[in-house]
Amino acid sequence: MVENRPWANLIAHIVLISGVALVAFPVYVAIIASTHSLSGLLQGTLPLLPGGHGIENYTRMWQSGVSNAGAPPAALMLWNSFIMAMAITVGKLSISLLSAFAIVYFRFRFRMFFFWVIFVTLMLPVEVRIIPTFQVVADLNMLNSFAGLSIPLIASATATFLFRQFFMTIPEEMLEAARVDGAGPLKFFKDILMPLSVTNIAALFVIMFIYGWNQYLWPLIITTDPDYYTIVMGIQRMTSEENPQWQLVMAAVVMAALPPVLVILFMQRLFVKGLTETEK
Amino acid sequence: MQTKRMTYPGRFLPYALLAPQVIVTLIFFIWPAGQALYQSLLREDAFGLRSTFVGLENFARLFRDGSYVNSLSVTVVFAVGTTLLSMTVALLLASTVNRMIRSRSTYTTLLVWPYAIAPALAGVLWWFIFNPSIGIVPYMLEMVGYQWNHRNSGSDAMLLVIFAAAWKQISYNFLFFLAGLQSIPQSLIEAASIDGASPIKRFWTIIFPLLTPTTFFLLVVNVVYAMFDTFAIIHATTAGGPAQATNILVYKVYADGFVGLNLGSSAAQSVILMVIVVALTMIQFRFIERRVNY
Repeated sequence: MVENRPWANLIAHIVLISGVALVAFPVYVAIIASTHSLSGLLQGTLPLLPGGHGIENYTRMWQSGVSNAGAPPAALMLWNSFIMAMAITVGKLSISLLSAFAIVYFRFRFRMFFFWVIFVTLMLPVEVRIIPTFQVVADLNMLNSFAGLSIPLIASATATFLFRQFFMTIPEEMLEAARVDGAGPLKFFKDILMPLSVTNIAALFVIMFIYGWNQYLWPLIITTDPDYYTIVMGIQRMTSEENPQWQLVMAAVVMAALPPVLVILFMQRLFVKGLTETEK
Repeated sequence: MQTKRMTYPGRFLPYALLAPQVIVTLIFFIWPAGQALYQSLLREDAFGLRSTFVGLENFARLFRDGSYVNSLSVTVVFAVGTTLLSMTVALLLASTVNRMIRSRSTYTTLLVWPYAIAPALAGVLWWFIFNPSIGIVPYMLEMVGYQWNHRNSGSDAMLLVIFAAAWKQISYNFLFFLAGLQSIPQSLIEAASIDGASPIKRFWTIIFPLLTPTTFFLLVVNVVYAMFDTFAIIHATTAGGPAQATNILVYKVYADGFVGLNLGSSAAQSVILMVIVVALTMIQFRFIERRVNY
């Protein structure tokens, strides 16, 4: 800011506060709705202050779910989401680290070919090749399993490129010194590259975890057994009913949104770093 | 593409290191994409017993089919609406936050968290507040005399999914605009204000032109987002309805393939979408090579 204009500052604060309110409004309504009874919600106008049924709604959703809508207990779905998100994140990070290491620190035949194979994954989002991918997973007997939920999603061109970019900035002397001291490739990777990459790994971890947690289409077609439902797709089962139990739906929405939101709030610096670097 | 000056010798190790990534890519990306290409040239009979080679007939049919042309135009409206709405709001918020000194990080924190909310949940949240019988917004709209009903009115449904998709994307655009704004040299803005340019004049003649690289990048990213990452919003709310008014291309691929079981047509649609993604990715990469500027 280059000059002092009290009125402009006031307007700026008003703009920002209404922006924050606009952004928070749908979530506020969800939190409020999750504390009312269904009849309280159906009375006509939506209440804007918390009601007294919060604990009841959350315990019911957590322990028993909405069985007639085909939604298992939220505790189970949250656990499934967690496993899937962690498997996707750890899988993406480890295979990308390994392939970036191979591409940067080795010369071998078909290097460019492999590079392009990995690059192509950027251009094939799940949504556009959904049916043939489903057929492959069905043929491999991976429907209704955590392997089927996570493995097809762990190839990652962005993570590989990011690690490649980062490895290129590591001084040549590191490798020279390591080789003089007699360290083989795997020892160099484990004792020098990995410790240097910790910040990058953490930043990508945040982004990938959110990506994994928020998967929707893939779990939707891969799972038919409620034991494997994840929370984000399970909620859709409850809303597609004739008369949804909105108070329970909203309790589930709040529980589903909480883990990734907390990750962003507590790791904001890493999140911003990961976000701006993966898109370069 | 370069490697390090000094590299490890390796006969088998580099291949072993690449193997997991390449195997997953081949099995779950390249093979299905090839299958889609192949199936797009076939037609199955009604019982799925025999398929015959029909050449480009599936593609020709798509473009003769009114519902596909409709889906194309719906996608354009949806992508343009989502991109414009979300980027405008984000730019307004980012340039306002950028004026602030002490409260900047607080406002940033309060504005970035929706990034974490899944598109499907964003859809459900907006579906709920716009619910014609119990939602709060239709209640308020009724007071000014507008009957909101996204179950019957195609334009209402389109607005609803645009709101949900744009809302979720504001935080992303906001972060990139803020980073772009912070990289503009303060001296330029000071010079302009010494010459007597008002904040609004400074914005349009200095800040906005210097933001072109960020704006262009976000334009591409947002179009990609609106075209491919919004499947969940459509599926969790309108399911393409009413009367196909929100049936965007990615949703139609799924609906025709899984619900309609028309594999040839769905595969042809997959191929068209792949061509679009490849084109958009190319634009994005070319842009990174030479940044747009004045």
